[in-house]
Amino acid sequence: MDLENQRRIKELAEKYGAENVVVILGGSEAEAAGLAAETVTAGDPTFAGPLAGVSLGLAVYHIFELKDQIDEALWDEHISMMEMVLDVDEIISEVSSIREQYSQYK
Amino acid sequence: MNFPVIKATAYALVHAPNILLEHGTTQSMELAKNPESEYLKKLPSHLRSYEEVVAYPPNQTYIGAIRPDDLAKMPQPWYENRVEKASRFAKYGEIMPEDEFYALMKIVDAFDLVRLEKSFVQEVKAKLVQHPLFDENDLARLGEGVDLAEIEKVVNAHTAEALRLGDRLVGSVSQAHDSDLALTSHIMYENLAAKASATLVLRHLIKNSGIDPLEIDYIVECSEEAAGDMNQRGGGNFAKAIGEMCGLKNATGSDVRSFCAGPAHAMVYAAALVKAGVYKNVVVVAGGATAKLGMNGRDHVNKGMPVLEDVLGAFAVLVTENDGVNPIIRTDVVGRHKIGSGASPQAVMSALVTDPLDRAGISIKDIDRYAPEMQNPEITVPAGAGNVPEANYKMIAALGVKRGDLERNEINNFVAEHGMPGFAPTQGHIPSGVPFIGPGREMILEGSIKNFMIVGKGSLFLARLTNLFDGVTFLVEKNPGLQAQVADSSVSADEVRRLIAEAMRELAKSLA
Repeated sequence: MDLENQRRIKELAEKYGAENVVVILGGSEAEAAGLAAETVTAGDPTFAGPLAGVSLGLAVYHIFELKDQIDEALWDEHISMMEMVLDVDEIISEVSSIREQYSQYK
Repeated sequence: MNFPVIKATAYALVHAPNILLEHGTTQSMELAKNPESEYLKKLPSHLRSYEEVVAYPPNQTYIGAIRPDDLAKMPQPWYENRVEKASRFAKYGEIMPEDEFYALMKIVDAFDLVRLEKSFVQEVKAKLVQHPLFDENDLARLGEGVDLAEIEKVVNAHTAEALRLGDRLVGSVSQAHDSDLALTSHIMYENLAAKASATLVLRHLIKNSGIDPLEIDYIVECSEEAAGDMNQRGGGNFAKAIGEMCGLKNATGSDVRSFCAGPAHAMVYAAALVKAGVYKNVVVVAGGATAKLGMNGRDHVNKGMPVLEDVLGAFAVLVTENDGVNPIIRTDVVGRHKIGSGASPQAVMSALVTDPLDRAGISIKDIDRYAPEMQNPEITVPAGAGNVPEANYKMIAALGVKRGDLERNEINNFVAEHGMPGFAPTQGHIPSGVPFIGPGREMILEGSIKNFMIVGKGSLFLARLTNLFDGVTFLVEKNPGLQAQVADSSVSADEVRRLIAEAMRELAKSLA
């Protein structure tokens, strides 16, 4: 995960409390989305950024997991194209499995 | 309408393994933070030889020896399936070895910043004498060279960056000021590398087009670097500096930047300047980015493959007044990502692809080929960034499904028929649509396609000034011939007269 994003997420969690922060991912690939999910829960697995060795345990979801929470017209306008293009099941399975393992707030 | 045409193209690569080791940011950051790292130890054994780089199928595609459609048929991994009897030169340009490139950096150096060691100068001069695009004046600029001790002195004093070939120190690039952070040796190195590679490709363009350099009026430069001093860090101007090295004495020019979308903007500027009649012959040119060398090297080393981001990329395009033959740039079918377009991939692709087509009444399927970001997937897939061109083709197809242009089960066919494999090095601006202008132009001229769309995209948020994305597209089409276009424009002029007459009658009625 981008180092600058790691820094921002760490700051937000410190400011508002980890229990009050939900991370919504938009990654287009299961492995990359899984790594991002791991970074904001267990810590940066590449040990490169501000979240190296920092386990925030944040609640983390991929946008594809939240379809029923989002206005249908907005979904159609912004997400439906990518829904057709990406491997939705694989992404959801990867992100949800990381969440089950490492999120302290679900 | 009378549209500008794409008269000629040129593409060049520079093999740069030693530049990669010290100036690719992935490596330079690691050298600063963790000089003893495993990655840096393993890296040299993953670097390719010049011969391997020349025989690499995507590189041969980039310089025009192989068509993208033929690359698609070649077995992968491409780095294990070399092109037999691959040549350094092909119809668009060449793949230059690193030693000659160091000499070229010296040739284009106007401020005595580059020092080359004496014996190295002799060796490389003997090679450059053979080069068709360098003459005696260029070789004279190499001078006699200096003693190694002089180079060691400035490198050890950290006032110069080293030019190395393996363990051998052959030269240096000095800082241009002792305290100006915009003129450090590192920045001068980057800028001279961009200038040198752009000079190389512009010379190929002049040769490929046959144009008299004195007839070129304007240069739009679109590489990645910022040239300036501490009082204006991006002051410019690469364009004139490069043109000066290629004898474009009647030209002026300027630099355009928009991260990876820069070249697409530059092409639209060039087309607009010609269309408006401001200039007749405009060149778009970009040199390579040293910072991006080995950007994903860590992943390539971890996966036991060669580090494939070992070349600088450069390209040049000549845009001229309509000659009735070469493919036209449809300046009326230009897409742009607007400030208010939104950042989701769907919003971006709609703004870039379907909005301009809708305005022109063209269906997604009517465009024979799309050239989005043409990154070589062999570089990006191991780094977790996916197959970028393929993802773009799927997005365009999915937009087509949403609009009813095609059925959902046609997506894969659409990708195969309207797409092509990525073949460009990940130099940021270089893959961004423009590598296909060369082959696309030829395919139109020979009649195998009728049109193509160039899709340039850029990540503006990297500069931390805005969260916005960017992108520009334009359509290139078979030239209908000068007479057909004149006939078209006379019809539309009649139509305009009829509409005005009708409006006047309406007005008269309403006044009566």
